[in-house]
Amino acid sequence: MNFDLTEEQRVFRQMVREFAEREIAPTVEALDEKGEFPYEAQTKMAELGLFGLPIDEEYGGSGADLVTYAIGVEEVSRASASLGITMAAHTSLGCMPIHFYGSEEQKQNWLVPMAQGEKLGAFGLTESEAGSDAGGTKTSAILKNGEWVINGTKCFITNSGTDITLLVTITAVTGSIGGKKEVSNIIVPAGAPGFTVAPPYRKMGWHSSDTHELAFSDCRVPESNLLGGRGDGFKQFLKVLDCGRIGVAALSVGMAQACLDESVKYAKQRVQFGHPIGKNQAISFKCADMLVDVELARMATLKAACMADAGVNYSREASIAKLFASEAAMRAASEAVQIHGGYGYIEDYPVCRIFRDSKILEIGEGTSEVQRIVLSRSLGL
Amino acid sequence: MNIVVCVKQVPDTSDPDTEVHIDGTGRGVDQSKFSFVINDADNYAVEEAILLKEKHGGEVTVVNIGGEAANQVIRMALAKGGDGAVRLDDESFVYSDVVATARLLKSAIKDLGCDLVLTGCMASDDGYGAVGIALAQMLEVPHAAYVKTVEVVDDKKLKVGRELEGGLLEMNEIEMPCLLAIQTGGNEPRYASFKGIREASKKEIKVMDLAATGLSADEVGESGSVAVMTQYSVPEVGDLAEMIEGDPAETSAKLANILKEKGLV
Ligand SMILES: Cc1cc2nc3c(=O)[nH]c(=O)nc-3n(C[C@H](O)[C@H](O)[C@H](O)COP(=O)(O)OP(=O)(O)OC[C@H]3O[C@@H](n4cnc5c(N)ncnc54)[C@H](O)[C@@H]3O)c2cc1C
Repeated sequence: MNFDLTEEQRVFRQMVREFAEREIAPTVEALDEKGEFPYEAQTKMAELGLFGLPIDEEYGGSGADLVTYAIGVEEVSRASASLGITMAAHTSLGCMPIHFYGSEEQKQNWLVPMAQGEKLGAFGLTESEAGSDAGGTKTSAILKNGEWVINGTKCFITNSGTDITLLVTITAVTGSIGGKKEVSNIIVPAGAPGFTVAPPYRKMGWHSSDTHELAFSDCRVPESNLLGGRGDGFKQFLKVLDCGRIGVAALSVGMAQACLDESVKYAKQRVQFGHPIGKNQAISFKCADMLVDVELARMATLKAACMADAGVNYSREASIAKLFASEAAMRAASEAVQIHGGYGYIEDYPVCRIFRDSKILEIGEGTSEVQRIVLSRSLGL
Repeated sequence: MNIVVCVKQVPDTSDPDTEVHIDGTGRGVDQSKFSFVINDADNYAVEEAILLKEKHGGEVTVVNIGGEAANQVIRMALAKGGDGAVRLDDESFVYSDVVATARLLKSAIKDLGCDLVLTGCMASDDGYGAVGIALAQMLEVPHAAYVKTVEVVDDKKLKVGRELEGGLLEMNEIEMPCLLAIQTGGNEPRYASFKGIREASKKEIKVMDLAATGLSADEVGESGSVAVMTQYSVPEVGDLAEMIEGDPAETSAKLANILKEKGLV
C-alpha cells in the first residue's frame, strides 16, 4: 500500500495550485458578484489541458488518470467552486458519456472539441418531476423519418447555455418494452431547431457556473445522434454518475480545504479578550475537526479515483467519497463562517461565498439521501 | 543557441503569514511545515530561456543543486520546455557559500558547451544575490545582473536591459558566451500544460555526486567556502517605539510636544 502521489501528479498539483492562486483567485469575487461565466480562466485552463484531463489523447484530451483529474478539480475548486463545477460537469457529464459510449464518428465530431476545451458539454437528466427518481423521466424522443423528434423539459442543467456550449446529452423515453419505459441517451447540439435555453437561474451559490432550464419542442436531431444502444440510457448514466461523483467529491475537498485555510488564518489574527481567538479551544478544535474532515474526504476521493484507474468496480467508493466529502465541505463552510463571526456573513470574506457554494454539494449528482440509499443497498438492506 | 538555466528550490514564503523558526542546529530553519517552490527570479530565468529557445532554436539545460525533492522544480522547468537537466547532489555540498556554490555549478556547466547561462538575480531564501556573478567569474565570461530584457543582436551578441532604480532600463550589448542574472518581472512565466508535465517525466535528470564533479571535498561545502554561516538569530524586539494613546486632540498635542522636545521641528 502506498499513499504517495507520483512525481508527475505532484508537479501537476503544484502547477494547478499556482495557476489557481494567481489566475483564478483574483477574479473570483467580481465574477461571482456579477454572475458572470469565467470565460477567460476557462480558455487558459483549456490551453493547459485541464478541460479534458481523463480523455484519451487521440480524442483531444490529456490522457491523464482519474487521480490526476481529482487533484485538478480539487485545486481549482480551492479557489473557485464555480470553475470547479464547470470543469467537473464538463468532463464527467459532458465528455464522459461520449468517451464511454460514443461511436468513432461521434467522438471525432463532438468529443475532440470538448476534450480540447474549446467547447463545453452538458448532461441533461433532471426534470421537474424526475430528480432523485430518474425513472420519472418524461421527455420523449420519437424516431420519424430518420430523425429523433424530442419533446419535454430538463431542469438545472450545468454548462448548457454558455457561448461555447457544444451540446447536451439528454435522457429521453424512446419507447416502451414490455410496459416498461425504454430510455435512451441522445446528443442534442446547441442551436438544434426546437431546442431553447431559458435564462439562467438565480442561484444561492455557484454564481459563475452556468445553469439553465432547457425546453424541447418538436426538436429534431439526426437518428445518428443516439448515444450507444437504444434503451441503454439508464445503464449509461449510472456509470457516468459514478465518475461524476469523483468530480463532486474532489470539488468538495477543495472547498473544505479553502475553509480550513481561511479559518486557521483568521483564528490566528483575530484578537478578542486580549488573545487570538484560535487560542480558545472552542475555536482550535473546530479547525482540528476540519483538518480531519479534509484529510479523510481527500483519502476517500483519491481511493475511488485510484480504483477507477485500476479498472475495478468503484461505484460504492465513489458514493462513499461523494457523500462524505460533500457533507464535510458543508460542515467546514458552516464552521468557517462561525469562526469568522459577523465578518463571515459579509461578502468581503471568501468563507461567505464558500458557504453559499457548499449546500449544492449535498444535492447535485445524487443527494446525500440517495447516496445513503445506494450504500444501504450495497449492504443488502 | 544553447542555454543553461540554473534553478534553486526554496521554501514558499509568498504567504505573509508564513512562520519561520530556527531549527535545533541554529544553522538552519525548521523546514517541516514548508512547501517548496522554484525561486521567484529563477522562474523568470526559465521563461527567458524558453522564449529564446522558441525564437532562436537550440537546447535548454536545467541545472540545480539539491536533493531528490528538488526534482519537482526541475520537472516543472522541463515541462515548460527544458530539454535536459543536471542535479548536483552529495552530502558534502551542504553549507556551500556563494563561492562553493558557483564552483559546483561550473563543474556541471563547463562541458555543456553553451552560449548563454541564465540564473535568477537573487534567491529568496538566503538573499545572497551573488551566485550568478561568481559563476560568470569562474566561467570567465562577461555577465550582466538585474536583467529584465534580452534581445539577440546576432550570433555573437545580445542586447540586454538592466533594471535600475526608479524603473530605468540600462541597455547594454554583451558578447556571448555570457551569463545573465535575471530580475523578476521582465516576462510572464508560463504554466506547464499537463502534456508538458507528462513529457517532462520522460526527460533525463542526470545526477552528479562529488566524484562526478571532479572537485575535491575541500572545494565544496563548508570546507570549500570563503564565508561560513555560523548561526541564524531572530532580531530582538526593541522597546524604542512609544504608542501615543487618546483622542485625536490629545494625541496630536502629545506628538507635537515630543517633536518640540527632541528639537525636530
Ligand atoms: C446548480 C445545480 C446544477 C445541476 N446540474 C445538473 C446537471 O448538469 N444535469 C442534471 O441532470 N441535473 C443537474 N442538477 C439537478 C440535481 O442533480 C438534482 O437537483 C438532484 O438530483 C435532486 O433532484 P431534485 O432537485 O428533483 O430533488 P428531489 O428528488 O425532489 O428530492 C427532494 C428531497 O427528497 C429527498 N428524497 C427523494 N427521494 C427520496 C427517497 N426515496 N428517500 C429519501 N429521501 C428522498 C432528496 O434527497 C431531497 O432531500 C443540478 C442542480 C443544481 C441545483
